Amino acid sequence: MAMIDKTTDMENAISEIPDGASVMLGGFGVPGTPFCLIQELVRQGQKNLTIIKNDANENGMGVDRLLENGQVGKLIASHIGLNSRAVQMMNDGDIQVEFVPQGILAERIRIAGAGMMAFVTDIGMGTPLADGKTEVSVGAAIGVLEPALHADFALLHAARSDRFGNLTYAATARNFNPIMAMAATCTIVESEKVVPVGEIAPDEVHTPAPFIDHIIQLPGLPEEYNVVER
Amino acid sequence: MLNAKERLLRRAAQDIHSGMIVNLGIGLPTQVTRYLPADLPVCLHSENGIAGVGPQVSNAEADRNLIDAGGAYVSPIKGTSYFDSAVSFAIVRSGRLDLTLLGAFQVAANGDLANWMIPGFFTPGAGGAIELAQKARRVAVISTHTDKKGRPKILERCTLPLTAHNCVDRIYTDMAVIDVTPNGLEMIEIAHGIDQQDVINATEAKLDVPEGPIPTF
Repeated sequence: MAMIDKTTDMENAISEIPDGASVMLGGFGVPGTPFCLIQELVRQGQKNLTIIKNDANENGMGVDRLLENGQVGKLIASHIGLNSRAVQMMNDGDIQVEFVPQGILAERIRIAGAGMMAFVTDIGMGTPLADGKTEVSVGAAIGVLEPALHADFALLHAARSDRFGNLTYAATARNFNPIMAMAATCTIVESEKVVPVGEIAPDEVHTPAPFIDHIIQLPGLPEEYNVVER
Repeated sequence: MLNAKERLLRRAAQDIHSGMIVNLGIGLPTQVTRYLPADLPVCLHSENGIAGVGPQVSNAEADRNLIDAGGAYVSPIKGTSYFDSAVSFAIVRSGRLDLTLLGAFQVAANGDLANWMIPGFFTPGAGGAIELAQKARRVAVISTHTDKKGRPKILERCTLPLTAHNCVDRIYTDMAVIDVTPNGLEMIEIAHGIDQQDVINATEAKLDVPEGPIPTF
C-alpha cells in the first residue's frame, strides 16, 4: 500500500478560501505562525474573514498584515496587547474581537477537533468573561458551557512534513498548531522541509496525516521567521 | 547592598522550593529566577508549551523557535519537554502547578485579584492569567505596594474587573510580605528600613501587624 501525495502550490491552496471564511492561524508570537501562507492570503485579498489565533502578532507581521489590508471582520484571540493596530481597530469598532482565556481557547479548538460539541468549566466564573454564558450543573458543581470552536480553514506551520501530511513541529512553534490541525474543515500546512513518505518514523509524528489536506514546501524562510531584534 | 527591588525579588525566590512546578508571570515574576540557586531542582512552566524553562539567552544564541510566554528567548535544560497549548493548560487546570507568581493591578483583602484589564485604557485580553490565578495550587502576587501615582494597590475590594476570586495566598511588595488569611491581611515581614506605619498608610485594606518584632527582608 502507498499513501497519496498532498503537496500542492501555495496559490492553489489559499485560493480555496472564500470571502467570509473562518480561518485558524497557528502560532504563539512568532514561533509556529504561518507567515508565508498569511502573506499569500494578503496577496489574494479575501475579505471579511474571521481570524482565530492566540494573539495578533506584533505590528508589521502576520495577522497585522491582514488587519492593515482590511481583510478581518472578527478576531478570536486570548491576548492582542503586542499589536497596537489590533487594539486601535477594536476600540474604533473596525473589527470585532472575542477574547477567550488562553487555555479555554485551546480546549474549544481541541474539542472541535475531537468531534465534540462543548465542554463545561468553572474557569472565568464570577468575572466578566463568564457573562452571557450558559450555566450547567455537574453534580454539586456549577460551570459554564464552552462550545467547540471549529473553522473552515486552518493555516499551520510545521518544521517537517512528509508528502502524506505527517507533521513534526520545533520547540515552542508547536503551540496551537496540532489542535488547529484537527479543528478545521480544510487544513493547509506550510512546511520548512518536505520529505518522502516513510522518512518521519511513526513514533516521531506530532500530527498524523489524516488531519491534513494540503502540504506546501516553503522555498526558504523570509526574515519574519527570524529571531526578533528588540 | 541590594536595592529594594532586588531584595523583593530575592525574598520571593526564597519561597520557591526543591521539586516545585512553577509558572512565573511576565515582568517582575520572571525576574525572580535571577535569585534562584542554580542547582535548585525546580521545573518552570510556560503557557506556550514548555515544562523546564531554561535560562534566557541573547539574540545571537537564540533558537528562533524557543520563546517563553513573554516572548523572551530561552533555552532548554536537561528534562525539558515541549507540548501543545491544550496540554499546557491541562497542566494548569488540573492542579499540577505548585505555585504561580503573578503581577497585579489590585489585590483585595479576601484574595481577589485584578491583573488583566483597566476598562477604557488597557484591554489586551487575559491571555492565560485567569486559569493560572484560578487553578494553581498556590498563588502569590509580586508587585509594587502602590501604583505609579502612589495609590494603594492592596484594597478592601478590587474596583477593576477580576481575574479570579479569592485566589491570592501571599503578596510580596517593595514594603512588606503580606499573607491573605481567613481573618484578612497579615503582615509577616517588612522591608529593610521601612516603618510599619508607612506600610499601613500605603495599604487601603485593614492590615494586621503581629505583636513583637517583625522579620525584615
